[in-house]
Amino acid sequence: MKALHDLLMNVKSRFEKGGRFEKFYRTFEAFETFLFVGGNVTNRGSHIRDAIDMKRTMFHVVIALVPVLLFGMWNVGYQHYLATGLDADFIDQFVFGLIKVLPLVIVSYVSGLAIEFLFATIRDHEVNEGFLVTGLLIPLVIPVTTPLWMVAVATVFAVIIGKEVFGGTGMNILNPALLARAFLFFAYPAHLSGDDVWIYTGLSEGQQLIDGFSGATPLAAIAAGEMQNFPSVMEMFLGTIPGSVGETSTLAVLAGALILVATGTGSLRIMLSVVAGGLITGLLFNLFAVNAYMEIPPYYHLIMGGFAFGAVYMATDPVTAAQTGTGKYIYGFLIGVVTILIRVVNPAYPEGMMLAILFMNVFAPLIDHYVVQANIKRRMRRVQQPEAEFVRK
Amino acid sequence: MSTVIKIRRGLNIPLLGSAERILQKPPLATEYAVKPTDFHGLVPKMMVEEGTRVKAGSPLFFDKYNPDVVFTSPVSGVYRQLVRGAKRRILEVRIEPHRENDYVDFGAGQPSSMSRDQITKKLLQSGLWPVIRQRPYSVIANTNDKPRAIFISGFKTVPLAPDLDFFVYNQENEFQLGLDVLGRLTDGDVHLSIHAKETGSKAFLEATGVRIHRFSGPHPAGNVGIQIHHIRPVNKGEVVWYVDVQDVIAIGRLFSKGIYDAQKIVALTGSEVLKPRYYKIIRGAQITAFTGNNIREEEDTRLRYISGDVLSGEKITPDGFIGFYDDQLTVIPEGDKPELLGWLIPKINKFSVSRTFFSFMMPWKKYRLNTNIRSGERPFVITGLYEKVLPMDILPMQLIKSVMINDIDLMEKLGIYEVAPEDFALCEFVCPSKIEMQSIIREGLDNIRKEFE
Repeated sequence: MKALHDLLMNVKSRFEKGGRFEKFYRTFEAFETFLFVGGNVTNRGSHIRDAIDMKRTMFHVVIALVPVLLFGMWNVGYQHYLATGLDADFIDQFVFGLIKVLPLVIVSYVSGLAIEFLFATIRDHEVNEGFLVTGLLIPLVIPVTTPLWMVAVATVFAVIIGKEVFGGTGMNILNPALLARAFLFFAYPAHLSGDDVWIYTGLSEGQQLIDGFSGATPLAAIAAGEMQNFPSVMEMFLGTIPGSVGETSTLAVLAGALILVATGTGSLRIMLSVVAGGLITGLLFNLFAVNAYMEIPPYYHLIMGGFAFGAVYMATDPVTAAQTGTGKYIYGFLIGVVTILIRVVNPAYPEGMMLAILFMNVFAPLIDHYVVQANIKRRMRRVQQPEAEFVRK
Repeated sequence: MSTVIKIRRGLNIPLLGSAERILQKPPLATEYAVKPTDFHGLVPKMMVEEGTRVKAGSPLFFDKYNPDVVFTSPVSGVYRQLVRGAKRRILEVRIEPHRENDYVDFGAGQPSSMSRDQITKKLLQSGLWPVIRQRPYSVIANTNDKPRAIFISGFKTVPLAPDLDFFVYNQENEFQLGLDVLGRLTDGDVHLSIHAKETGSKAFLEATGVRIHRFSGPHPAGNVGIQIHHIRPVNKGEVVWYVDVQDVIAIGRLFSKGIYDAQKIVALTGSEVLKPRYYKIIRGAQITAFTGNNIREEEDTRLRYISGDVLSGEKITPDGFIGFYDDQLTVIPEGDKPELLGWLIPKINKFSVSRTFFSFMMPWKKYRLNTNIRSGERPFVITGLYEKVLPMDILPMQLIKSVMINDIDLMEKLGIYEVAPEDFALCEFVCPSKIEMQSIIREGLDNIRKEFE
């Protein structure tokens, strides 16, 4: 450890002011602080500090994403072999998925981090850790067939327009990962929707799709009224259905949710209120049902599409969510409501989670504003109470 | 007695090195210092020349903007040296003590037979006025104000907090007399907060002429600001005063004996103290007088000496002086060593309120924490965390942000008048973005004060 640190310190001078690679100081620093927690000590204020830092916080979100990532990889392979009717064991399926998904992850990280480092250098601040999570979220919310260049373009767009123009991590209004997805969704709709994008078929010569192959996600199937392709509840819960890479398995998402909540990294408040919003809206539609979609049991909504994934990983992004305690309940609940509204009522988009979260991202500051105003009013009432009322019983 | 005010939010940081209830009387220190920097916002004007002989209670300097407020020598001796810092700012006024303490005689007095003005004058002359501080702003009380009430916290909850029962032991009469004096300074009440279970001293339990409030719960329940908030919050335009327990005793002694008797007890605490215990010293003593060889010296470990507690205390040198208001000296290791993949590898010697380290599984464990900051400063990312350690009906993050943008109107509405930097110490401790909240709150208070003065 000592030798490694000495080497690092040796090289450091070349990156510092006047050094040959002065321009790359922030890049060097990012790697340095990644390898070593520095020996910087407190100067003002509290002399001791909690052992937590941004790296560790973000790292725990990444850990929480591992279950969906692994499941997503396997499911990509599973769906492929299912569609082509070829025999494959578990390992084949996983390796196939790994080969397909890993490039998405790498492209997302490389393009996004390049922008992050660039902006850190231009603005001369430390590289923020936020993208460690965003970079993994992006490949998980897009179909496996998305061309790599699109991933790169969308990532760059999301990081610059979604985050850096507002001042970087912590200042952004919209969730960058969802913004990347929305960018692709509207810029290249053919690659982000329809029945052909969710499963990598990639037929080689002599292969063909099995009879009756649809490739439609449950959401698409139900929106089109094609109930014959509709998977069972168990399939939807486990996630052996077509969809974006990481979104299909409610079970894997629950495992991630458990990690987020147990470590205190994700807000249980938001997760539960999204679910409550979804369930209640689903129930309301049941009451006034005029078509098949409105009749489905409300809990179907939770296990179809990106509902669970969005509720656990996207809605809980602390920067873009409401920041007050009460605000989080309202924010989460409305995400649930709007998602189901878009799904059931809007014929253009089969999935509503992405738009619902982005929509509520925009409204989160407004929600907070009213919560803060309520706090101000309550406080004013309290401080202006006559002395006598403070005598405790 | 009144019901218990239960503080539910907060955090006790489990540190090694709390003081054992043993009181020692160390020899006289080689030097004593009055540090103008202990009094926020003070611009001192010297009243004596170097080399002048002073008595305990002789004036040394006064407040440029409030010349009535003088600061006196805690011991008799010779004023030796003025230590200046950057921009010729006065840092320390050093006194070399004589063996025998000579006191200026201010004359004893019965508070009940004195007018408010007489009492104020006596406190000002003796140099004890600065022990009275005010909210808002957390500065020395303004002599022209009529406080709505006076608050005294009868227990402490800061990390490695000294036991205030121990402080008042055998000084019950002086404490009560001090309370009587304070009672004459306000038309309102004198509020004394005690711990619902742990306070046992008669001085607190049987104090008269005050309203006693019982509190329970984790730190910062012992902070006077938290207590004021729960007893009767400060509104814009109102002023309340607060005094530390040992300073109430000092006021009592002034009125019973007529002298500025600056003796006080300090607790020597922290993981690097071999035998943490209490010492009876004179205010402003050089700490070497009682740290002696009671500090763990290791070859490759540098130490941080803190006058006060680890959350809000002042960093001093190993031969520095104990602060005017401080009743605790804490010694912990510096954290100046880099750590390979320190953010990734969870070691059991780290403490965190987040459940991303093992500390949440070992609530019994006590820690030897160092001063490592662990990361550069980041913008706010995590939400909902700060509220858990600030037991006030105040939105900490929103308040901090309002200070950052210097929106005075919003700061007022969000409760800046009720808070002091120390109330945000835990928020600062838990902050994953390492934002220096105590400094920000201080800056906000300063800005508001400038606006209205």
